[in-house]
Amino acid sequence: MNAFFQASFLPLHAVLVSFLAVPAILLASRRPNLREGISLFAAVAKFALVLALLGSVLDGNRPVLELLQIAPGISLSLAVDPLGIFFALVASGLWILTTVYSIGYMRGNREGGQTRYYASFALSLSATIGIAFSANLLTFLLFYELLTLATYPLVVHKETPAAIRAGRMYLAYALSAGLLFLAGTIWLQSRTGMGSFTAGGFIAEGLFSSWELTSLFLLFMVGVGVKAGIMPLHSWLPAAMVAPTPVSALLHAVAVVKSGAFGVLRITGFVFGPETMREQGLDLLLACFAGATILLASIIALKQDDLKKRLAFSTIGHLSYIVMGAALASTAAFTGSVLHLSAHALMKITLFLCAGAIYVHAHKTRVSELDGLGRSMPWTFGAFAIGSLGLAGIPPVNGFISKWWLASGSLESGYPLVLGIFLLSGLLNAGYFFPIVIRGFFHAPAETEEGAHAHPASEASPWMVVPLCLTAALAIVFGIMPDFPLPFFDLARQIAESVTLSGPGLLPPSG
Amino acid sequence: MIGEHLPIIVILTYCIAALLMPAAGLLHRKAPSILAFASGLAALVFSFMTLWKTVREGAFNYAVGAWPPPVGIELLADPLSAFFLVVINLVSTIVLFHAHFSDGKESGERSISYYACVMLMLGGFSGIVGTADLFNLFVFLEMSALAGYALLGNGSGRAAHSAFRYLILGTIGASFYLLGLGFIYVETGSLNMGDVSLILGDVGMQTTARIGFVFIIIGISLKMALLPLHQWLPDAYTDAPAMSTALIAPIGAKVAVYVLIRLMYDVFPVAPGDWAFPLHTILAIAGAAGIIWGSVMAIPQTNMKRMLAYSSVAQIGYIALGIGLATPFGYIGAVLHVFNHAIMKACLFLFSARLEKTGQGIRIDKLTPATRRRLPVSTACFVLAAISMIGLPPTAGFFSKWYLILGSLESGNGFYVVVILASSLLNAVYFFRIIERIYFGNTDTDALEPVRVRLTRRNLALVTLALSLLLAGLFNVWIVKSLIAPMVPAF
Amino acid sequence: MIEIIESYYAYWVCFLLLTVGLYGILFKQNLLKKVIGLTIFQASVILFFIIIAFKDGGTVPIYNEAFSTKEPLGYINPLPHALMLTAIVVGVATVGVALALLMRIHKAFGTIDESTLWKELRK
Repeated sequence: MNAFFQASFLPLHAVLVSFLAVPAILLASRRPNLREGISLFAAVAKFALVLALLGSVLDGNRPVLELLQIAPGISLSLAVDPLGIFFALVASGLWILTTVYSIGYMRGNREGGQTRYYASFALSLSATIGIAFSANLLTFLLFYELLTLATYPLVVHKETPAAIRAGRMYLAYALSAGLLFLAGTIWLQSRTGMGSFTAGGFIAEGLFSSWELTSLFLLFMVGVGVKAGIMPLHSWLPAAMVAPTPVSALLHAVAVVKSGAFGVLRITGFVFGPETMREQGLDLLLACFAGATILLASIIALKQDDLKKRLAFSTIGHLSYIVMGAALASTAAFTGSVLHLSAHALMKITLFLCAGAIYVHAHKTRVSELDGLGRSMPWTFGAFAIGSLGLAGIPPVNGFISKWWLASGSLESGYPLVLGIFLLSGLLNAGYFFPIVIRGFFHAPAETEEGAHAHPASEASPWMVVPLCLTAALAIVFGIMPDFPLPFFDLARQIAESVTLSGPGLLPPSG
Repeated sequence: MIGEHLPIIVILTYCIAALLMPAAGLLHRKAPSILAFASGLAALVFSFMTLWKTVREGAFNYAVGAWPPPVGIELLADPLSAFFLVVINLVSTIVLFHAHFSDGKESGERSISYYACVMLMLGGFSGIVGTADLFNLFVFLEMSALAGYALLGNGSGRAAHSAFRYLILGTIGASFYLLGLGFIYVETGSLNMGDVSLILGDVGMQTTARIGFVFIIIGISLKMALLPLHQWLPDAYTDAPAMSTALIAPIGAKVAVYVLIRLMYDVFPVAPGDWAFPLHTILAIAGAAGIIWGSVMAIPQTNMKRMLAYSSVAQIGYIALGIGLATPFGYIGAVLHVFNHAIMKACLFLFSARLEKTGQGIRIDKLTPATRRRLPVSTACFVLAAISMIGLPPTAGFFSKWYLILGSLESGNGFYVVVILASSLLNAVYFFRIIERIYFGNTDTDALEPVRVRLTRRNLALVTLALSLLLAGLFNVWIVKSLIAPMVPAF
Repeated sequence: MIEIIESYYAYWVCFLLLTVGLYGILFKQNLLKKVIGLTIFQASVILFFIIIAFKDGGTVPIYNEAFSTKEPLGYINPLPHALMLTAIVVGVATVGVALALLMRIHKAFGTIDESTLWKELRK
């Protein structure tokens, strides 16, 4: 029992801390302050545990924790590598801010079912950290399915017919994807055994024939591609925007969709490996889908009037930046890809939080209604402007850095066309985000007769404004100093090098 | 000392309890259900002892009345039969616990005959699993079946009619079994399983033995409701009293599964690859068809019990598929699924029993969040069992599917993988339809009614079953390695 | 052809009975007649066992001075008879349960006619 409290169990603690918060939150259902206090405490504790692990990872340690054998020859095990800790940092760090924001949002909006909301939220964070620290495919799948289940109540939170429909769609997509992933996992593990993630891939040559590799790759890619919103598997994401905005913010900009993107990185970089992918032409296959998604999603986003839907399509496009980087799999591209994981998370969460603040405070959901709102909500719109700039790839916001690396990676891998896609998409990004900012600050408010539709005179509640300003500020800080206060760039570089500079057989398997 | 008599003790426990039932009923109104639970518990302890003994010392035989086999009746405790014995008694004891503490319906005069039938049925089940004699197996089969008809028919007129149809089909099945036995007897001159296996191993499966075996398989398939022979099951399970269904649905068909496994792998030398006599392949295809048909038919049902009954047809399909695959992993998957499904189905049917008991009805379209607010703990257990039925990790249901898929890959047949995965999705459709209704919906009217989350004797059985699903999932490797691996035949 | 029928005539009779029984079970509308069909079906199986125990020239398996215990082949096989005694008991019990269920059906619906019953059940 004592062993449980030793440092080697830190990864498990990081996963469990929010898991254990779930019953506490449920029990405190009638005392909102205590309930939110527990959520906040769990969030901070989780972040602290991840930080503790970060120190050890930066020192070159790779903590591995084998819990129990869960299928013959396969154990449920957690391992902390740079990519895992990177994702865990992003998710757990942003959970703190989102929790603070949720308190403002849920109370300001007088939402029902708040206990269920906080409990599911804590559970999904456990699943996300579990995904980040999974050491092998089966463990990954376990947390991946848990994430689906835990986020389902959040998607249907409003309990309206539209929300229930969205929930059904979400489940249909996510569960089918999980099943394909399961098929791939079993197929792979029946030939390779444990299937621990290994930088540079672990599928030995000659184990699978060429067509088998391709179908295996497709199984996995559909499995993670649904959550990563690769077209044509994306339709659940805009539909799921009926969820409360903090849910969209954390889960549909950070946890769920990023788990998909993270899965893409894991599969390409740590299961197949750049070499195998290139030999089989899988990199080009994936790049085609990613490129098409980037452009199509941006074009569709241009036409959306619903603010959250516009953000959703922008998310779909930006997720495919990450997928693209993983497909190209040169050192620079992979670095950019990993960096974009954090950069997009920060920027997109800012935008979602702004959208939520606008909805709660001014009851506006459409872009066309925002004229002049920036004058009464300057902080919110300021943060929105920063996020938009970043997503369009303009310095000094952190989106610039990740895009820079992605772009140079596309040249490095010899696909200048991809560079063109990135540039065009940057323009489209500007095209669908800047009008919102311009409307907010420079258009005169539309004249309305009823007082109810007029803009409120003041800013939203500080519970909401402070977090969104913080994320915007962080986006700039990381844009100027990518290694401060957290060494994201350093980690991304390490990850990319470990993936691209080692093939199967070059390095001993780390798991 | 008691060790060598264990196989007969389990059966006798139930038989004696059945005889004592009238006396208990005269003693106290509640005594029959207590006696039933107590003998279930005793039988469970004895089954665990049997399992323990077989795991430690290997299989052992018991000659009834000290008549040496093949003249006398022989009982056999080996890893396979001991495992099934534990599954049957474990699940039935939990359900009997629930019957005593939660379902007072059968108390009073009628409880004597009701619980006497329960005891006879469980004694029959234990006997089927314990015996090593083919004719003795028939007797136990009919003993449990007759008690089962009575239990299922013990409700409305509708229940009597469904039970009657079950009786007709079940008796046809048993008669087919008996007819097949005649052919086997002509061929081998013996009815002892070990003896028959030896003789047939020497002379091979000739035409007479093959005809006999086909009759036997048809009879057993009827009893286990394998696809084209499943018609009796949905009606019988739907119309019966809640407690009878909860008792019979999880284990009734499993006993027939045991017989199938025993005969196909231990008694009759049937080679999986024999294309002149492709029993395994037919079984696997029937199983796959059952999986799809049962799942599809479950979707439009409005009666929860009928939906669960169709889902049972599908789950029997999984087991038949695993047996038919004739690979080690397929076999493991089938046996593990017997265990998992028994627990899941008990949990699900107990939930529907709770719904009936609390007067909320089992019509799916009438379920609302009010249901969950009245039964928060039971509903949570239902959700867990449903997740396990869908097969999401880390619940038990995921791992039986895992082994079955491994088995399908092992047999080189990707088609079955597709079937298993597709059925997971179909399961998700019909279970989430209910979950959606109980958790999300218009909560305005009853939002004020407080939710009381408490562990009571009324939901203890459900909680136990739901938790054991999680445990069985997490520790499935232990179950497979120490309990199931010893029984896997050489392929 | 005739020879086959002749030498196996007992089996053919048994098979005929089995078909008659199955016919009754499947096609009779009256549930009581279904039970009768079931009984015939069971009887045919019992008969089958008796036939396979039969031996040309064999005598009843009761101790007989002519064969004593030295020539067991002179007796017909007693084991199937013993088994069928049990099977008959099982059959009787089955009919008992079936009739009990029928009584309950009749009490609830006032009929034991299958087609009328289905109409009642669909209500």
